[in-house]
Amino acid sequence: MIPAAFDYYRPKKMDDVIALLEQHGDDARVMAGGHSLIPMMKLRMAEVPHLIDLQDIEGLSDISVEGGKITLGAMVTQHDLINHAGLTAAAPILREAALQIADPQVRYMGTVGGNVANGDPGNDMPGLMQCLDAQINLVGPNGTRSVAAREYYEAAYMTDREDDEVLVSISFDTPSGGFAYEKQKRKIGDYATAAAAVQIVKDGGKVAAASIAMTNLSDVPVWSEGACDALVGTSCDAAAMKAAAAAMLGDIDPSEDNRGPVAFKRHVAGVILTRAITRAWDRA
Amino acid sequence: MNDLSPERQERSANLKGMGCSRKRVEDARFTQGKGNYVDDIKLDGMLHGDFVRSPYAHARVVSINKDAALALPGVVAVLTAEDLAPLNLHWMPTLAGDKQMVLADGKVLFQGQEVAFVVASDRYVAADAVELVEVEYEELPVITDPFESLKSDVVLREDLAGQTEGAHGPRKHHNHIFTWEQGEEAATNQVIDNADIVAEESMYYHRTHPCPLETCGSVASMDKVNGKLTLWGTFQAPHVVRTVASLLSGIEEHNIRVISPDIGGGFGNKVGVYPGYVCSIVASIVTGVPVKWVEDRMENLMSTAFARDYHMTGKIAATKDGKITGLHCHVTADHGGFDACADPTKFPAGFMNICTGSYDIPTAYLAVDGVYTNKAPGGVSYRCSFRVTEAVYFIERMIEVLAIKLDMDAAELRRINFIKKEQFPYTAALGWEYDSGDYHTAWDKALKSVDYEGLRKEQAERVEAFKRGETRTLMGIGLSFFTEIVGAGPVKNCDILGMGMFDSCEIRIHPTGSAIARLGTISQGQGHATTFAQILASEIGISADSITIEEGDTDTAPYGLGTYGSRSTPVAGAATALAGRKIRAKAQMIAAYLLEVHDDDVEFDIDRFVVKGAPEKFKTMKEIAYAAYNQAIPGIEPGLEAVSYYDPPNMTYPFGAYVCVMDIDVDTGVPEIRRFYALDDCGTRINPMIIEGQVHGGLTEALAVALGQEIAYDELGNVKTGTLMDFFLPTAWEVPNYETDYTVTPSPHHPIGAKGVGESPHVGGVPCFSNAIQDAFRPFGNTHTNMPHDHWRIWQTANGLGLHD
Repeated sequence: MIPAAFDYYRPKKMDDVIALLEQHGDDARVMAGGHSLIPMMKLRMAEVPHLIDLQDIEGLSDISVEGGKITLGAMVTQHDLINHAGLTAAAPILREAALQIADPQVRYMGTVGGNVANGDPGNDMPGLMQCLDAQINLVGPNGTRSVAAREYYEAAYMTDREDDEVLVSISFDTPSGGFAYEKQKRKIGDYATAAAAVQIVKDGGKVAAASIAMTNLSDVPVWSEGACDALVGTSCDAAAMKAAAAAMLGDIDPSEDNRGPVAFKRHVAGVILTRAITRAWDRA
Repeated sequence: MNDLSPERQERSANLKGMGCSRKRVEDARFTQGKGNYVDDIKLDGMLHGDFVRSPYAHARVVSINKDAALALPGVVAVLTAEDLAPLNLHWMPTLAGDKQMVLADGKVLFQGQEVAFVVASDRYVAADAVELVEVEYEELPVITDPFESLKSDVVLREDLAGQTEGAHGPRKHHNHIFTWEQGEEAATNQVIDNADIVAEESMYYHRTHPCPLETCGSVASMDKVNGKLTLWGTFQAPHVVRTVASLLSGIEEHNIRVISPDIGGGFGNKVGVYPGYVCSIVASIVTGVPVKWVEDRMENLMSTAFARDYHMTGKIAATKDGKITGLHCHVTADHGGFDACADPTKFPAGFMNICTGSYDIPTAYLAVDGVYTNKAPGGVSYRCSFRVTEAVYFIERMIEVLAIKLDMDAAELRRINFIKKEQFPYTAALGWEYDSGDYHTAWDKALKSVDYEGLRKEQAERVEAFKRGETRTLMGIGLSFFTEIVGAGPVKNCDILGMGMFDSCEIRIHPTGSAIARLGTISQGQGHATTFAQILASEIGISADSITIEEGDTDTAPYGLGTYGSRSTPVAGAATALAGRKIRAKAQMIAAYLLEVHDDDVEFDIDRFVVKGAPEKFKTMKEIAYAAYNQAIPGIEPGLEAVSYYDPPNMTYPFGAYVCVMDIDVDTGVPEIRRFYALDDCGTRINPMIIEGQVHGGLTEALAVALGQEIAYDELGNVKTGTLMDFFLPTAWEVPNYETDYTVTPSPHHPIGAKGVGESPHVGGVPCFSNAIQDAFRPFGNTHTNMPHDHWRIWQTANGLGLHD
């Protein structure tokens, strides 16, 4: 649990970050809260000769809720998400999800940007951002660009982000309707056995719109369009929920680990999603 | 003298003696980060060691190339078995009569085994150098299953090839270690063959690990000028470590000083001797400067002593109305690559023969077969006396299985089979003499406290609601009644490496009436500095606040066998009381002289000696202490000191009655503990607050083991649970609110009647949590499922019973 030697940088300007990334290529990594990267370095599963700490870059910790649009700086912590009243009023699912991530000590350090950027299938924020149809904003040598969260994840720890790009913020439209983040885990600090993020808009007793994303049930987060479609237009009755769960099960691809075998995970995924839909519908 | 005048009450309260919830004197430093642990020790010029460990569970070590590591600036040495062999330290004896490689000698037998020891100028350089040691391995077939091991042609321990006799009798196979038999096999079989009812069950008590918060480590400092070796380490038995270090190194025992500083939890994990200790000593001898070795969490989980890993098969015979007539138990014990169990020498399966439990079972037989596999060595008693958790789990599951077979309430089945109060001292079929107990009173109190009948009624209603489709949760009521066997132990049958398991206390009263007492034990969080001072306060009439308790330094403390198996209070606590009584006896003579009366004319009263019938004439212990040093008293030596070495006449047998109520989500396998009631009888209670803390801690470790904590291996012998991500260590979040209760049945043979409590809640807790899970599924045909009851295994049980259809 002792990392290999590395050089530590703490630049004050994003240009300097980009310059370091260009200079060192693969050998450099940026660090936000460090809760994924540092353990990997200590286990010597990640070798990072040049570690660039983002905490002195200005503006990365801002939360903006304005004009129907929400923007979260990459360095916003889970703790910030939980304690921002305006954000909780506008998008309560963020608080509900963040409260299910690890423990308070981790949440003081763990960031939204780090959680989203890494492509770790166990992280909760990627699925959540897919549910919210968020845009991931990157800065690189050629300026800024945005990628839809639903397009960002390629495989475990593989994303659309280039090595010389930095995730600076995440933005999405203020969600409307009912919401739920439902997560089963073995203990505090564990990744999900299965987790579901659900937003539902109700109109005239029917589902007008639905968004459903699942976490840790594939090597990437899974936004299930089929599950959404199965709900839209229905009164969210048992048959509709069953159809949504069936569609979702067609999209996930869990693998066996210490949390259990595939059959168990698929069963629990269905149960968790059904509970999340039920709760979101009640709140819609 | 027996009046409770306010004046006497106040004097008594000022003592803070036995029965008082005195706050822990240790906590001031622990809660302020001022503890002094092994890793806090920093000496001038100190070097740091780190291990190259085997990535394979079974492999031949073809070659080791140190060149690149030695070339790294800051690296001082790289030790391998070849370097240790000339000192005859490449292997070391284990506590179980086997031997263990210190560094891989030709092959490795488990993943994480120590292969080479790198010594460097700082901890980071050492870690970098570990990566540079090039080891060539040739993989060998891996065996992780003890049953397969006994059938395999693969010889795990080539060093023992051809040896058909082991430390504990004949070996039946090259991977077999011992067979240990207790009781009457033929008679037991006969009872079973002729019984009205026989219930049979096989159960696996999975491998787990004590996982103390502080990992293991040591600092060795060889002073070449005066020839003295000082060794700081995470030792639950520092005096034994000194003796073993002397025997292994040839350094005379007076030239070795072993110090256990503050220890961050032991739970059995810090009883044995690890290669890291030996390597730090050798490295310090070789380099002439201090060498520190501290393992990390993964190393602790992968390579240091595990617990359990018992495959148990039982048959229990009874009459139609539920009176148990016989018990048969066979265990296949997976000991890993070396037999490094920490048990008294004559007990290779510990006190597994306490498996008749709290019941009057006339005939019984136990056989344990120890087996080698490609897993880490160990087999320590994780928060229990030697293998007692396994024994109690076994009998408490067998009782439940028998209740199912008899279609009888499991609480009632226990009640009709308990050893009765008037039967104590009770000699069990497998040999132990239980000192005292009142099981029926404890059981009735427990069942009444939780409204047992009401719970059963609620459970039956829940089952009906479940069947009607109105709920998807089931309710489980977990029962357990346990008897521990602690306080090892009588020297006539208990020793470790030949050293009798007595313990000791040495007291010095200072002239102004305060005191220091030193013991042969060592606290790892138990609060000895608090409780032993309370025993003494009551015995010698000096306030606990004026008594310093010191342990763990072999240069100053009297010899003792250390702290594990709940032995500190039963053994060292007895020595403390008896040493205190020696002080008191001398104080009585001094008081009589000062009061100018005959010795028999004074009597002890809380904090003083008074003239009988004239309580206004007295000498306080403070006055007596001063006189002891400063006044010439004819016929009495100056000073006020005493020492006592206590060889217990018997073990002590704490017991308890536990009830757990759980709601189990059938669809997700998530259990929710609604209620946990724990009644403990540990005899005389020294500090109720510390008892309650011990019960909470032991129950939490029981919850961990029952609900998910395991050391799991894949088929290649890779550890699947090597970090705290997968190894379940509960936090406040996972832990329910515990309700504690007690009865008091003093031990008749212990000077103050105390029995020990630290491990009881773990021993009783594991079957209680497990029984709650099993009980929830009983109405649907479940008889037994193995722990750990994590979500997916609970789900699997429900699935197998058709509850998801």
